[in-house]
Amino acid sequence: MTEPTTPDAPLHLQKHLVDQASTLGDGMDPALSGLVDPTLDAGLEIQARSQWSYARSRFLRHRLAMIGLVVLVIIFGAGIFANLIAPYSFEEIDLTNVLQAPTTTAHHFFGTDEIGRDYLSRVIYGIRTSLEVGVFVGFASTIIGVIIGAISGYYGGWIDNILMRITDLVLTLPALAILLTAAALLGQGSQWRVSIILALFYWTTLARIVRGVFLSLREKEYVEAAKAAGSGDLRIMFRHILPNTLGPIVVSASLTVGAAIILEAVLSFLGFGIKPPIPSLGSLIASGQQFPQKWWITVFPGLVLLIIVMAINFVGDGLRDALDPQQRRVRA
Amino acid sequence: MPEPLLSIRNLVVEFRTEDGIVHAVDDISYDVFPGETLGIVGESGSGKSVSTMSILGLIPQPPGRVASGTAIFKGKDLIKMKKRELRRFRGDELAMVFQDPMTSLNPVLKVGYQLGEAIKTHYPKVSDDDVEKRVIDLLRMVGVPNPEQRYTQYPHEFSGGMRQRAMIAMSIANSPSLLIADEPTTALDVTIQAQVLEVLKTVQAETQAATILITHDLGIVAELCDRVLVMYGGKIVEHGDVHTIFQNPRHPYTIGLMDSLPKLTEDEDWLRPIPGQPPSLINRPPGCAFHPRCFLSQGRLRCREEVPALRTADGGTDHASACHFAEELIGRHSKFAEPVPAGGGA
Repeated sequence: MTEPTTPDAPLHLQKHLVDQASTLGDGMDPALSGLVDPTLDAGLEIQARSQWSYARSRFLRHRLAMIGLVVLVIIFGAGIFANLIAPYSFEEIDLTNVLQAPTTTAHHFFGTDEIGRDYLSRVIYGIRTSLEVGVFVGFASTIIGVIIGAISGYYGGWIDNILMRITDLVLTLPALAILLTAAALLGQGSQWRVSIILALFYWTTLARIVRGVFLSLREKEYVEAAKAAGSGDLRIMFRHILPNTLGPIVVSASLTVGAAIILEAVLSFLGFGIKPPIPSLGSLIASGQQFPQKWWITVFPGLVLLIIVMAINFVGDGLRDALDPQQRRVRA
Repeated sequence: MPEPLLSIRNLVVEFRTEDGIVHAVDDISYDVFPGETLGIVGESGSGKSVSTMSILGLIPQPPGRVASGTAIFKGKDLIKMKKRELRRFRGDELAMVFQDPMTSLNPVLKVGYQLGEAIKTHYPKVSDDDVEKRVIDLLRMVGVPNPEQRYTQYPHEFSGGMRQRAMIAMSIANSPSLLIADEPTTALDVTIQAQVLEVLKTVQAETQAATILITHDLGIVAELCDRVLVMYGGKIVEHGDVHTIFQNPRHPYTIGLMDSLPKLTEDEDWLRPIPGQPPSLINRPPGCAFHPRCFLSQGRLRCREEVPALRTADGGTDHASACHFAEELIGRHSKFAEPVPAGGGA
């Protein structure tokens, strides 16, 4: 009836099909087919709500998650607009004013460090560093995890076996030891290098989750229907199945951001992370070791790190409660 | 006789399982002619779905495997076709309506998008506006009210009957020349069944697509089909035009199927099922697979030892039965003989 390969087929087909459709429509008995809808004419139709609007309202009712979200917006907002908000540059040295306790004079609200740099500014820039690392690792590891999990779960068989054994291998590696070795070998340094190394570690759990969901969803009839309609593997994987896995992916990604921020801080604390003078929350906390009496050096970045990670986890929990259809009741 | 649109010869489909090889479809041959409606009936597990899914490459492989056979569609063998080439046929020239409309639409994608995708997959150059117009026309064609609004809705906002209408719209989106409907009304309640059948009829009449209708509802067969294949244990046991099959069946299994239906015009206290269980497809009974349940066989040696071949029967050129003793049934009418009740089984 139509040649799928001829370039002018679509338009020709289009016209032909539309003609056909209109004649068909005329042929149907409108009463039988229910084409008359009195409620719609009267403007009484039920307002449709998408699944996302349900999820959104569940999230908005989740108190802890909302608190977490507000806190994150404030803290990360400060990090993003660090150059506008921080009273000083993170590397502005003032040797006349070293190790000053928190004070309102000259806006040193968090005091100053051993070479007189404003500590509030350093913490704010540290937030920016942590945020960049966390978001990058969150995105990169999610992409790796989704691709590996999707291929593994969709194709199954030996492909699945190989990919999952690799995943198991990465999962069993002691992350910290490897990271320290890698940092030592490659040299301590750029934030991006640290981020990439972290991302290469954090995709495993997500890959397993995505694989599991794909394994069960590939047997669904709508996947078969899509195949019967001629869709290719890639389209089925990423158009049909992936949107059904978005819930767990979003939750996992948000929690990964928190975990990556902590691990980056740990690495920097141990001196294998981000190189000074770029401040990172981890290296700021570490610098407090030299000055045990100067409490603000450790406490402020530590507190900020704690709050960030807690807030991220609250938001992650809230997302899970909002996106998991099995768990309708909203906690807290 | 016109050229067949689809010509299946000696198709054998097997599934490897831990218990052994399941012979789901065992050496079947049939033709589908342009514009006709062919019914395939049989119990669960008789191979009626597998026989059509396998030619579309839609059975899971492994464990499934088309062991041998050809399926010539428009001069090309679908069995030997490369996956990519077969994919171009699926949803375009060959379309499928699935059994369960509740699960055949993707819950996270809008119905309009899913229907449009069926067109876009095969005709990527059609503009989005044209696709939308076409999809709305399709929805209207299958009797979905307010197609413009429905276009932007998700499957959960559709009722079962509406979803099946949407699935039918999707299957005819590219004007296929062969439509395979795999138990299209099984998952719907009776009143909706009637509406969906009406839609199928309309669509069929207008698109002139040949249709293979897989069902175990003989009422639907009586209403929609021109010819019927009766399958049992992976084999075709009888085929013929719909009147012959309903009035003068020449295979004990077909007679058993007819007898097991209640006739609405008579007062019947009990249903009369076919005794026994469907055969195991791993260890098929030797000889005729139906002989352990057959009222005609009565333990005759030939039934137990010799696999019966399809032989021409008395109901016209297309009528054939795979029973050694089909002649003994001549003169016997099913209880549905004269007149064929419309929708007798529904």
